Amino acid sequence: MLRWGGDAEGGAPFVEADPADPAQVRGFDVEIAALIARSLGREPQFVQVGWSCIEPSVERGDFDIGLSGVEDSPARRAEHSVTIPYYEFREVLAVRPPDRPRFRALADLGGRRVATLGGTMAYQMLLEEGRRTGLVPVSYDDDVHPYADLASGRVDAVLLDDIIAERSLRRTGGFVIQPQPVATGHYVGVLSRANPALRDSVNAALRAAMRNGSLERIFRHWGVWNESQLELFARQEVSAGALSSPSPVGRAPPLSEAKGDRGEVYLPALLRAAGITVLLSCLSMAIAVGLGLLVAAGRIYGPALMRAGLATYVEVTRGTPVLLQLFVIYYGLSGLVRLPAFLAAVLGLGLNYAAYESEIYRAALEAIPRSQLEAARTLGLSERQVLRLVRAPQALRLALAPMTNDFVALLKDSSLVSVITVVELTKQTAIYATNVGSWALPGLLCAIVYLALSLPLSHLARRLERRWSGA
Amino acid sequence: MSGLLLVRELRLSLGTREILRGVDLEVSAGEVCALMGISGAGKTSVLRSIAALQRFESGSIAVNGFRLAPGPLPRESRLRPLRRSVGMVFQAHSLFEHLTVIENVGLAPVHALGWAPERAGDLAHKLLASLGVAARADAFPRQLSGGEAQRVAIARVLALDPVVVLMDEPTSALDPARRAALGSTLRALAREGRGLLIATHDVEFAGAHADRVAILASGVVVEQGRPDEVLTRPSHEATRELLRTPEAATEATEAVRPWSIHGKEHM
Repeated sequence: MLRWGGDAEGGAPFVEADPADPAQVRGFDVEIAALIARSLGREPQFVQVGWSCIEPSVERGDFDIGLSGVEDSPARRAEHSVTIPYYEFREVLAVRPPDRPRFRALADLGGRRVATLGGTMAYQMLLEEGRRTGLVPVSYDDDVHPYADLASGRVDAVLLDDIIAERSLRRTGGFVIQPQPVATGHYVGVLSRANPALRDSVNAALRAAMRNGSLERIFRHWGVWNESQLELFARQEVSAGALSSPSPVGRAPPLSEAKGDRGEVYLPALLRAAGITVLLSCLSMAIAVGLGLLVAAGRIYGPALMRAGLATYVEVTRGTPVLLQLFVIYYGLSGLVRLPAFLAAVLGLGLNYAAYESEIYRAALEAIPRSQLEAARTLGLSERQVLRLVRAPQALRLALAPMTNDFVALLKDSSLVSVITVVELTKQTAIYATNVGSWALPGLLCAIVYLALSLPLSHLARRLERRWSGA
Repeated sequence: MSGLLLVRELRLSLGTREILRGVDLEVSAGEVCALMGISGAGKTSVLRSIAALQRFESGSIAVNGFRLAPGPLPRESRLRPLRRSVGMVFQAHSLFEHLTVIENVGLAPVHALGWAPERAGDLAHKLLASLGVAARADAFPRQLSGGEAQRVAIARVLALDPVVVLMDEPTSALDPARRAALGSTLRALAREGRGLLIATHDVEFAGAHADRVAILASGVVVEQGRPDEVLTRPSHEATRELLRTPEAATEATEAVRPWSIHGKEHM
């Protein structure tokens, strides 16, 4: 088994969900992964991971190799085991057609807003250029919106990989690509720094694929072959004679340009992802309720030291973003315990919501009038009986409506766990939106599923509130 | 007269404020004693000290042979004999809102005395019937009128058959007819041999139903005796003031906290 990580949200031609069978992925990185696995005598297994999280994920052992248009860089080589480059791309400048004569290079864009994908080589170049010329770099989390914003005038240029620029040009258009590349870069596979041996085997497999033409066939199939690759292959100590003659960039027939006309094929997978969301939410809520009750009880009945400790837990948890907590649990603690992603997600959300639940329970317990508790004591009930028979049952009624509201919030917050590689409803939707090239239908389907889950709960909360508000 | 309840030299401060500066009080079996004073005189503090809900600094309290010492309140397990002897009816009744009337009355016999639920239910019905609220057995507290809630609170206390019954401002939410009915109930309890200590500022009620009144002012009992003597020929200025200004003495009825999940500002 060769587990390889990629981001299907990155889309074709790198990795995308297969429009014919959305449970499968396809793209040139997919085929390269299969090619590497074959030569290692293993079965490829795809692991979905957010593009910006490929490196920490490979270091904590979620998969053996990351292959998803990962750029070569000195920093990456210093921190991880990196394969030989398998593709040479060019950083190209996209501008609106009327600007073609005046914005030819980065130097022409002083004081202008230039967009790119955050965390990339292009972004680094924009930052440096910005320091020199006052160009304003604009960072995006995805590679679709920079071009949309270019067309609508929010930015004046986009600097990104030629593959991405040409894909956007085919899909939406509205801009031109300057012929003179700003820079060149390379895609590499990234492995854990603890795993140089596998890296060497992968390198051997890549060199063989360069030599025997199978890599070229993959790139031609995906319409990204050009003669730069020949030179790149030659530089990887490969005999030039084994390579076929250069050819111009081909069209890309297999790219999914059919837009959203077959939304129903995504429905089963979306429902499966909704199942993950529901399971995740229910398990997290169970932890939140159990732990929240203990924390609330400890803060009311416990000794001073325990009260202080629990108050600190509640304040720290409520005062920091759940996203940060998920990162810390999944990546930060990976040196101590290597939690599976789903378990880390359940724990992260559960621990976060436990802090909020405990405040609900504490408030509810403290809302029970003191005179009722005193009346119970004068009737000879023990402290424990007062809690069990008088205080807790009434507090529970007060807590039910806010708890239900919190569960609805949790259902939606569960979408955050995609940052630690769990593919739930929102992430699955994002992957398909990339695939279809539009958010309209996937977004609508996703919203319907969330509403179908949350509306009945909100309704229940309102009914509970009315029923026990003492009106 | 046998001293069922004996309070000696009771001193109590809340924060820096001295509330009680040496209260002496005695209630005998079969006696209804009205503890009177203007608002803030410390009547409630006396009752809360006797019920072991409030610590006091010095002095002593003895109930039916059980002695409460000054200082921190003892653990509930050590207070068992006191809890069996003293029942307290709170001003706001403090019924358990999530339980029906009959469940309110039966709760303590079942859980504090370990009775079978059927036996507790029978007793509760009997008590509710004797107080004229048997028809409301299955109602919830918030569905009751002020007078009904008070009678349920009395039944709840009587379910443990205490020899001393404390009541805090029992007439504050009652119309005149209900006051008279409450008076007869108190007399009936006294006839059963119980000692009753009623904190009130209601001169008319005390005059009509108490065997003895004790006037609390400046943290001490300034005068006590039969109501016809104390209330018609008061010897102390504080008593005269109490008789002069019944309106000014009216205690603000303690607002029952609304039973609402929106009450976050109080949480």
